Formats: sequence, C-alpha cells, structure tokens
Amino acid sequence: MRNAFASELTKLAKEREDICLLSGDIGNRMFDNFKENAPNRFINCGIAEANMMSMAAGMALSGLRPFVYTITPFTTTRCLEQIKIGLAYHNAPVVIVGTGSGLSYSELGPTHHSFEDMAILNCLPGIKVLAPCDQNELKAFMREAITLDGPIYIRIGKKGEPILNTHQQIKIGKVTELMNGNQFLILCLGPITSEAIETSNKLKEILGLKPTIVSMGSLKPLDEKFLMTQLSKGYKYWITLEEHSVIGGLGSTVADFLQKNNSPKSIKLIKLGIPDEFIHKLGNQKFVRSQYGLDSEGIFDVLEKLC
Amino acid sequence: MNIDKSIFLEKARLIRRKVVETSYNSKIPHLGSCLSCVDLLVYIYWFVLKIQIEKVDDPNRDIFILSKGHGAPALFQVLAEKGFFEEKLLDTFGKSGSFFHEHPPKPGYINGVEAATGSLGHGLPMALGMALAKKIKGLSSSCFVLLSDGECNEGSIWEAAMLAASLKLDNLYAFVDYNKWQATGRSQEIMALEPLAEKWKSFGWEVDEIDGHDFNSIDNAYKKIKTQLNKPKIIICHTIKGKGISFMEDDNNWHYRVPNEQELKNALYELEN
Repeated sequence: MRNAFASELTKLAKEREDICLLSGDIGNRMFDNFKENAPNRFINCGIAEANMMSMAAGMALSGLRPFVYTITPFTTTRCLEQIKIGLAYHNAPVVIVGTGSGLSYSELGPTHHSFEDMAILNCLPGIKVLAPCDQNELKAFMREAITLDGPIYIRIGKKGEPILNTHQQIKIGKVTELMNGNQFLILCLGPITSEAIETSNKLKEILGLKPTIVSMGSLKPLDEKFLMTQLSKGYKYWITLEEHSVIGGLGSTVADFLQKNNSPKSIKLIKLGIPDEFIHKLGNQKFVRSQYGLDSEGIFDVLEKLC
Repeated sequence: MNIDKSIFLEKARLIRRKVVETSYNSKIPHLGSCLSCVDLLVYIYWFVLKIQIEKVDDPNRDIFILSKGHGAPALFQVLAEKGFFEEKLLDTFGKSGSFFHEHPPKPGYINGVEAATGSLGHGLPMALGMALAKKIKGLSSSCFVLLSDGECNEGSIWEAAMLAASLKLDNLYAFVDYNKWQATGRSQEIMALEPLAEKWKSFGWEVDEIDGHDFNSIDNAYKKIKTQLNKPKIIICHTIKGKGISFMEDDNNWHYRVPNEQELKNALYELEN
C-alpha cells in the first residue's frame, strides 16, 4: 500500500503544482521519484511531528495541498492537538496518511501499534476518517481527497496487501460490496478485509454458506444510506471487522447507527477487533491476528458458533 | 523618522487605553500580557506589514500571527484601529454570542485574523508553513510571528526553529515579547530560558536583542536583520509586563486580574499624562 501511495502521489504531483509531501523522516528511497519530479515540494520535516502538522495547516491555508506522511501513532496521537486546532478547527485541506496502521508493525510493539487512531480522530469535527482495504481504494481516495475541502485522515497498511476492490466506482463515504450473500453481513474496514474474504471460502466449503462482505472504506463519513438498506435484509448477525480497538471504531459506530435507527431487535451486532488492552506477546501481524481471533480461522470459528 | 516615531507613540498610547477600558468593561484578563506587546504590535502593523485592507485575500500579502493568542484584546484593538473592521464591532467584546473573546478565532470571523491561536506553540509552526508556501509559490512577501517568552517552553517552538533554519526561510520573522513572566511565575525560574538569544542563534537564526518598548531600537533591529538572507530571523524584545501603567508594571497579578473602577481611572489618568 505504501508503494502505491508513493507512486500515486508522484502522479498527482506531476498533474498539480499544489501537491506537497511532508514526511516525518521516513520512506527512505520510496519518494525518490516524487523528489525528482517535484524537488521543492518534498519536505523532510524531521522527527518533529507537532511542527510538521501545524506547518501543513499553514501550507494548506496558503492554497497548497499537503500530504503528511509518517507511521500512524506519530502522525495521529503524537500531534493530536495540532490536528485538532491546525487542521480540524481551521478546516485546512491537509491529507494525513498514517502508514503501518493497526498491526502492520506488529513486531515493533505497542509504541508502533495503533488501535485508537480512528476512534480519536473520529470525534474531531470536520475530519474524514478513511481506511482503504487495498491500493485501489487508496488511490481512488487520494484522487478524490484533493478535490474536497477540509482535512482527511487515511489509514493505510504497509506492503503486500492483496487487491480486493476491483470496482470502477470507488468513492469516499460509499461502501463497496465485495461479496453478496446472506445470513451474515460482514462490515470490514481496512486491509483486514482480506481475512473475511478468506473466511468466506471456508464457509462455503465446510458449511455451504455465503456471507455478504462489505468494504466500508470510510468510518467518517459512514455510508448510512447503504446501512439503512441492510436493516430490512433479514441478516441475523451484523459483524464488524477492523484492526483497531473495539472501542470507538467501526464496531462502536455501527452500534450507534443501529441504536439511532431503531434497528430490528433480531439483528445482533458482533464487534471483531482488538480488545481494550496492550499487546505484550509479540509476533508478526499474522500471529497477533490469530491470537485475537482476527485471522480467517478465528473469524470462521466465531461464525460457525452462530450457525 | 520623527513623524514615524510620533505615530508609534500616539497609536501605542491609544491602543493601551482601549485595552485597559475593554478589560474593565468585558472583564477580560491577560491585561499585563497585552500591555507588554502593544508597542511591538503597533510597530509591526504600522511600519512593517504590507497588507492592503481592501485586499486581505491577496496571496502575496504579508502575514502576521499572534502566536501568544492571549494577547488577542490588544490585537483586536490594533486591527480595528488599522481599519480591518468597524470599531463599533468591539462593543460586543466579551459578550455572549460575540466572536470577540479571549483568543483569536479561525480566519473568516474577524477580518485580519490569519490563524486561531491560544494554545501556545502553534503559531510559529503555522507561520513556518505559510512562509514555505510563499517560497514554493514564488511570492515575495513574508510571515511575522509574535511569541511570548512562556511560549518558548513549548517543544514545538524548537521543532519549528530547527526546521526553519534547515529550510533557510529568510521570509520568516519572529518577535519574542520577553516580559520575564509566565502565568504563575518568573519565566527564567520555571524553565531556564536564558541565554535565550544564544539559544536561537545556535538554532541557526539571525538574532537581535533589544528594548521592545523603544521605537528606535525595534526599528534599527528590524532593518538590520531584514537584510540577512538564507536564515529565519528573530528579535528578542525585552519588555515589561503591564507596561505603561505604573501599578501594573512587572506585577504578575495582572496576568489574570481585571481593573476595578478606581484602578481604571488611575490607569487612564496615567496614560493621558
């Protein structure tokens, strides 16, 4: 995903002279092409994220379109107040990109994990919170982002995520149905969507079931129009899947939606995500996902018990 | 030069009077912090900034950010006096529903305000972004920031200091209103600021250190640093908190206090004589 980010941003910078890239001293060779094409619009802001974020606000208020890029904890919670005041309050059109989100840097430990970023940014007025499931969604969101007013947060993975969304019309705030089935409605946010797709193969094989799998793409704006259409579809279970805390992310937001819209009592919501704890037993992303039942097998186990 | 200086003195006295009256009428605090920077604001707005009031959206205008946002009561009076908005709008100062309260709001609510400040340590990094944007767009204008000494406690100030130097932003100017106090005590005792000028120098800035209430000192320092290329610039301005009113000068109680009727009378008397 991060390579797709670098190449798409380079394309955008060639097309538009207002696109700038602010990096918090990461992405060593990744941005060489960008730098070659727009040397004065690449700024390595050092390991100083608070300054970088306010600076991006100043650039955006001066008519430029800055993208701010570093590892998720450092581009979100590290400089939260700068995001709140500089970006959200000023409605500055900055795109914040958090790379290595969720468990992407699993082995690096809790300092590099991010399970709270979406919950926290979600409650800042005016900021859009996006989590593309793959590079196709990411590229579409980037292109649309620079046509919109106000700040946007895009939460991405690391590298090697499979392509899942091949639809032509990918839009911010609109879901994509990746698989149309029945019994279960699985609402997914971010690259972890691939685990749900894998689960579906096993569901079909072993239980003869086909769930509906949706890539939400965006936490805010939430595609309420789509969710409204699902209320009457007779799904017994709505399952949310995210590589983020079960507090304040997609699960909580969908729970709010169901409560607000007097959803039928027959709908049960199951929130799959990271519980309210720090992770001490480290390993790669696959290992930690499996520890928390967030890999395809873990998801299968949950669904099997519901049958 | 003499004509200039008389404007400086006249405007500074006028703004001081209005700031004190407003503090009394609206019960707005930070009077000491406002009075210490009045002379600097007057110098910057009357002698430095190139802004046409009828073209406040001109991308090539000079930009001023009051990074010490709690000096807003002084800034608002300066903007009114410069004609950015009608002075009578300030009658709503501090009233429920008014845009005029203790800190500058985001642009669009009060003409002439370039950035919302009040949380310290944000104004300099924002101005850095604006100064860089001017360079990227090939504009000749500059960005000016007024910091407080207490504000130099914030790490983001020093983050900005380092980056501005590495980017060689010679269109970025900072003034420190060095009144030696912050909210609860002497700034030097709370966080060892000194040697402040040396610190900025070692961070790669062109530095001058002057009396921030003396027109000639400010003017000479500004004209001198202005010629320096490839470096951001800062003037450390030694000031007195509560400047201009004897019983407020260097008394940190006036960080939060507002004057009573007798104090108002005494203050206005001093300013008139």
